[in-house]
Amino acid sequence: MTVTVLIVDDSKLARIVTARNLQALQPDWQRVEASNADEALSVVGAQKIDLALLDYNMPGRNGLELAAELRVRYPIMPIAIITANIQDEIITRAREVNASFVAKPITEDALRGFISGAALRLRSGGG
Amino acid sequence: MTTPFVALSELEHDALTELVNIGVSKAAAALRQMVGEEILLSVPSVEVVSHTTAIALIGEREGDELVAIRQNFSGAFSGRALLIFPQANSLELVRAVVGEEMSSEDVLTIQQEALAETGNVILNGCLATMANMLHRSLSMSLPEVLHGNGARVFEFGDLEAEGLVLFLYINFAMRDRDIRGYIAMLMDLPSLASLRVLIGDFIDRVMSEDVPGAV
Repeated sequence: MTVTVLIVDDSKLARIVTARNLQALQPDWQRVEASNADEALSVVGAQKIDLALLDYNMPGRNGLELAAELRVRYPIMPIAIITANIQDEIITRAREVNASFVAKPITEDALRGFISGAALRLRSGGG
Repeated sequence: MTTPFVALSELEHDALTELVNIGVSKAAAALRQMVGEEILLSVPSVEVVSHTTAIALIGEREGDELVAIRQNFSGAFSGRALLIFPQANSLELVRAVVGEEMSSEDVLTIQQEALAETGNVILNGCLATMANMLHRSLSMSLPEVLHGNGARVFEFGDLEAEGLVLFLYINFAMRDRDIRGYIAMLMDLPSLASLRVLIGDFIDRVMSEDVPGAV
C-alpha cells in the first residue's frame, strides 16, 4: 500500500528540505505539498493521506489549528507539528490534538523519530 | 559609495524569512521560560524599503512613545536588531520578567537592566540561530535601552534617509498580559549583498545535502 505524506509549510524552501529528508528516510512514500491550511484542506478533500507534517507559524491558520481540523477527518493519523517554537502552551495544545513535534531546522535526525513511529503504526494497520 | 541594489530572488526571500522565523521562534521559546507565559508571534515580514519608510512603518502605527532595546551586530553581515514596544508596556514587561513579588519601587529601580537583559535574550537568541544556520559567527554589542519615537529608535547614524535598508519585523504579544511589540532588524545594502551570498550558500547546502541510503 502506498503511503502518502502531506507537507504543509508557507516556506517553499522548508517544503523542499522536508521533502528531501523524507525521501532519504522513506524513498517509497508519496508526498503532496500545500503552502497554507486552506490548500491543505483541499488536498485532503481530494485524496487520501496517511500522515501529515505541519509547519506551526503560517499566515492564516497555524499548524495547530490545521491539525485540529485534520483530526476530525483522520482521528488516528500520525500528525507532526514542525517548529522551533517549543513553548509549553504549544506543546500542550499539540498533545490535545494528539500531534507530535519535529524541531526546525528540519534534518533527517529531527524527522527520524516521528517517521519511524508513524511507519510502525501504518504497518500495524493503525493508520 | 553606493552599492547597486539587487533584489532577492523568490527563493532567497523565502530562505531569509524562514531563517528569521526559526531564529525568532527559538528566541520566543527562551522568553517563554523567562516570563512563564505564552509568547505569540506573527509571520515575519521581510522588505527592502527606504530608511524613512522603515521608520514610518513602526512610527506611524505607534503614535505613542516607544522603548527599544537595540543591539548592533557585525561580522559576515552587520546591522541593528531591535526589540520595540510602547513605553506604556515597559513596566508590565519588566513585571512579567521579574515576577509579581517584587515591590513597585524595586521594579522601577531595575527597569533598565531588566529591559536590556530581556532584549539580549531575544535578539541574541534570534541572531545566533540565524548565524549558526548560515555557518558564520556574528559579534553582538551590549544592549542599549532607547526611549523615544520611531525616528529616534531607528536612527541609523551613517545612513541617508532615502537610502534603502533591509527591514525585517515580527509582531509579538503575551497572551495573558497587555504587552505587544515588534522585533525588527535593519541592514544596509552592502550588508544585504553579503547576506545574500550566505543565503545562496545556505540554499545550496540544504538543497544538495547528500541523501544517504537506507537507514
